[in-house]
Amino acid sequence: MMSTLLDVQNLWVRFPTRNGVFDAVRGVSFTLGRERLGIVGESGSGKSMTGRAILRLIRSPGIVEADQISLEGQDLMKLSEKDMRAVRGQRISMVMQDPKFSLNPVMTIGDQIIEAYRLHNSASKADAYNKSLEMLEAVSIRDAERVMRAYPHEMSGGMGQRIMIAMMLIPNPEILIADEPTSALDVSVQRQVLDIMDKLVKERGMGLIFISHDLNLVADFCDRVLIMYSGRIVEVCDADKLHEAKHPYTRGLLNSLPRLDAPRERLEVLERDPQWSEAPSVSGSE
Amino acid sequence: MALTEDNNQRRPTRAPLTDQVWPFLRTTMLTLGSIAVTLLGLLFITFVIGRVMPIDPVLAIVGERASQETYDTVYLQLGLDKPLMVQFFYYLWDVLHLDFGTSLLNARPVSEDIARVFPATLELATIGIIFGVVLGVPLGVLAAVRKGSWIDQIARVVALVGYSMPIFWLGLMGLLVFYGILGWVGGPGRVGIFYVDVVPSVTGLILVDSLLDGNWDVFKDAFSHIILPASLLGYYSLAYVSRMTRSFMLEQLSAEYITTARVKGMSEWDVVWKHAFKNIRVQLITVIALSYANLLEGSVLTEIIFSWPGIGSYITTALLSADMNAVLGGTVVVGLIFILLNILSDLLYKVFDPRAK
Amino acid sequence: MAETQTMREWLLAETPTSRRHAKISALYQGWLSFRSNTMAMIGLGILVLLVFIAAAAPLLSPHDPFVQDLGNRLAPLGTDGHIFGTDSLGRDILSRLIYGARITLYIVALVALIAPIAGLLVGTVSGYVGGWTDTVLMRITDIFLAFPRLVLALAFVAALGAGIENAVLAISLTAWPPYARIARAETLTIRSSDFISAIKLQGAGPLRIITKHIWPLCISSLIVRVTLDMAGIILAAAGLGFLGLGAQPPSPEWGAMISEGRRFILDYWWVATMPGLAIFTVSLAFNLLGDGLRDVLDPKAGE
Ligand SMILES: Nc1ncnc2c1ncn2[C@@H]1O[C@H](COP(=O)(O)OP(=O)(O)OP(=O)(O)O)[C@@H](O)[C@H]1O
Ligand SMILES: [Mg+2]
Repeated sequence: MMSTLLDVQNLWVRFPTRNGVFDAVRGVSFTLGRERLGIVGESGSGKSMTGRAILRLIRSPGIVEADQISLEGQDLMKLSEKDMRAVRGQRISMVMQDPKFSLNPVMTIGDQIIEAYRLHNSASKADAYNKSLEMLEAVSIRDAERVMRAYPHEMSGGMGQRIMIAMMLIPNPEILIADEPTSALDVSVQRQVLDIMDKLVKERGMGLIFISHDLNLVADFCDRVLIMYSGRIVEVCDADKLHEAKHPYTRGLLNSLPRLDAPRERLEVLERDPQWSEAPSVSGSE
Repeated sequence: MALTEDNNQRRPTRAPLTDQVWPFLRTTMLTLGSIAVTLLGLLFITFVIGRVMPIDPVLAIVGERASQETYDTVYLQLGLDKPLMVQFFYYLWDVLHLDFGTSLLNARPVSEDIARVFPATLELATIGIIFGVVLGVPLGVLAAVRKGSWIDQIARVVALVGYSMPIFWLGLMGLLVFYGILGWVGGPGRVGIFYVDVVPSVTGLILVDSLLDGNWDVFKDAFSHIILPASLLGYYSLAYVSRMTRSFMLEQLSAEYITTARVKGMSEWDVVWKHAFKNIRVQLITVIALSYANLLEGSVLTEIIFSWPGIGSYITTALLSADMNAVLGGTVVVGLIFILLNILSDLLYKVFDPRAK
Repeated sequence: MAETQTMREWLLAETPTSRRHAKISALYQGWLSFRSNTMAMIGLGILVLLVFIAAAAPLLSPHDPFVQDLGNRLAPLGTDGHIFGTDSLGRDILSRLIYGARITLYIVALVALIAPIAGLLVGTVSGYVGGWTDTVLMRITDIFLAFPRLVLALAFVAALGAGIENAVLAISLTAWPPYARIARAETLTIRSSDFISAIKLQGAGPLRIITKHIWPLCISSLIVRVTLDMAGIILAAAGLGFLGLGAQPPSPEWGAMISEGRRFILDYWWVATMPGLAIFTVSLAFNLLGDGLRDVLDPKAGE
């Protein structure tokens, strides 16, 4: 099972700003097999930037540096922009964090999904339309025909998230980076959406990078978890052993969550130790 | 029970109808109302200007040597003895019938004069705006996509010069260089002296008329005359349109949906034109309509430099010879077009933006 | 420690010691970022030079701008004693340009005073009083905004008579509406803020609130807008001058000088070219300065 799909070594994301260079991601290394890899961490810890850097989609003036980002042996850092385009969507796809801003406001949902499909598949318009309908239904959107004709502002946040997922899964990628894909969904729909991704991982051997704030969800759903803090990986552990994590930051995150099985008088407030951000990044390679 | 049932039956048939019609009616009424108020304001201002003008309208008609009797008759005829408000309504009434009075210079109805000169301005401004849009939009898009590159710098300089250069002076320099020194273009006027009134006036647009007549020579000559003033006006709209396009594009290109399109594996060209540009089309329409209105107005100075017999020349000539009716008539017409273009761009906005419904 | 602190350190202090300190410090930081904008500094330099030239016109100009020398008409560029040549009446073009700077500055300064103040009055009253007053005033503003500006100015000058003062009035009449809009928007945000309620509780009347608290807060946004509009004002004034509706002969107004030189443009090109270059330089300077100011005060809007 553990054939390595993606191998990221020493990844940096830098932003030159007025007051010097800001490092959003600082020397992160990990591998991804045909598994569900969770990335957790507080807001601003560099989770989304890591995801974007893999697709080389950090906007200028941001810079991506890495010893390698290899996709089944092929170093993405060395690809031309044109070859990179063939990777995006088709081989690695990404569900973006905020569906409200991530869908084109003046194009119908249908056009945007069909476009995602036809970019990598030479299908007729009618076939692409049917395929898109199927995909929307697969992410449990009712009334898919109406949604196809609708514009993004007519959708709720949860529908937007599912549309994003449908749009990014339709080209059948080998790796899906999902940036908080279920944060606006209620529990039952969340379960359905997770099941779809789960099925793709299990049946087709897709690699999934699942970015989330929700420690319990990640512990429950993923195979392995990377814990990020200020641009670095501070701890790597198996998801089912997340509650036994040792790093004080992870412990802090866990202790600030309410738990039914271990009720406490007061929830802890996370106290940060400057040393955490100084310590070198832990490798997330298997 | 019976009552509630009755209610339930009635609702579905009635509510949707009023729900749809009422907001629509309301916005339409509001729009029409504001148009009416704006037009009324325009007319009121021109009316006031006409009253405070240091020109005696009666003397202007009867002449210096008319007897007191003639003077008084005309004075009464013009309704000048009535209160100002009543006079304003007379004025409104006349304008609504497209009656702007007669010109003092040639004793012809001002409305006829305007109908005669307006096509010349329209032709000039239209070619100008085509020039400005065809070059300005791609320049603005390119400057935004390659922000900070040499093309962005060029676009910046082009706009800066456009914003800072007096149009009449640039026109003079253009005449000096391209007509006086190089001899590449025709001089002032719409056509050379040999071609005046050669083709019958059908539309009043000489380029169109000469084509309709199949007269190539006139067309070529007219073209060589219009190209310089039109590209001059076009340059000003280019400066404005390219700057606005650039800033709209920059805003869109930094939006998240652009990254989504890239994630899909789209080419940069498609990202720019199929996604970002689609989002600025509506705003661009507004800018272009506004720019067109500005060109119609901006042509005043250009027309004088190029002796172009359009509405700008007409108003200024009238002004310098104190032909009040002609000045006010011209002002009202230009103001009217200006307002209508503004309203049109508002309407287009509502039609084309899916979010505006 | 306080004694060893340099002026610069005091100005850049991260924790200001008083309100005035904070204000001055913010100004200084704005100035630093403005100073790094080369283009804006060039604009500022040109304008400082212009003010100097206008002030020292009698000292700088080689000739009397009004003295005619019909024997030396239309002398070309570089003629002895007339670097920029002479015009159709033999007057020294350079001297006329130098004196013309005074007229340009005069017009710009007056319009830049009248239009924003008128706009400020209308806007704050409209925003503060609200209700019908607001509706009516804003409707009037919209009507003026919907007007073609040059044509309106033309009609006004026609009504009032040609001359510099009337040109200033006409341009101001067409220039105030945007300021009213800005002032109204600012007033609306300030009016509903907590500190105004606090002042009201202390018993301040509307007049006091508007003049002492709302106006000072509106001014900075108005200043940027005015600077950006200056170039337009100069071009409008020159346009009126060119049409013979602004400054009257023999006054050396730049637009009027172009109009005069226009008759000989094909044979004596410099007569019309020089004043045009002057207008271009000054309005370019204002545009550069305005862009720079906007970048400092509103970094997102510019680039
Ligand atoms: N254009 C930029 N310039 C400078 N810093 C940036 C820029 N974009 C992002 N950053 C910084 O990069 C850091 C990482 O951002 P990132 O979006 O990866 O956080 P995140 O972990 O996804 O947080 P969240 O959970 O809120 O989504 C943040 O501290 C952010 O301030
Ligand atoms: Mg994020």
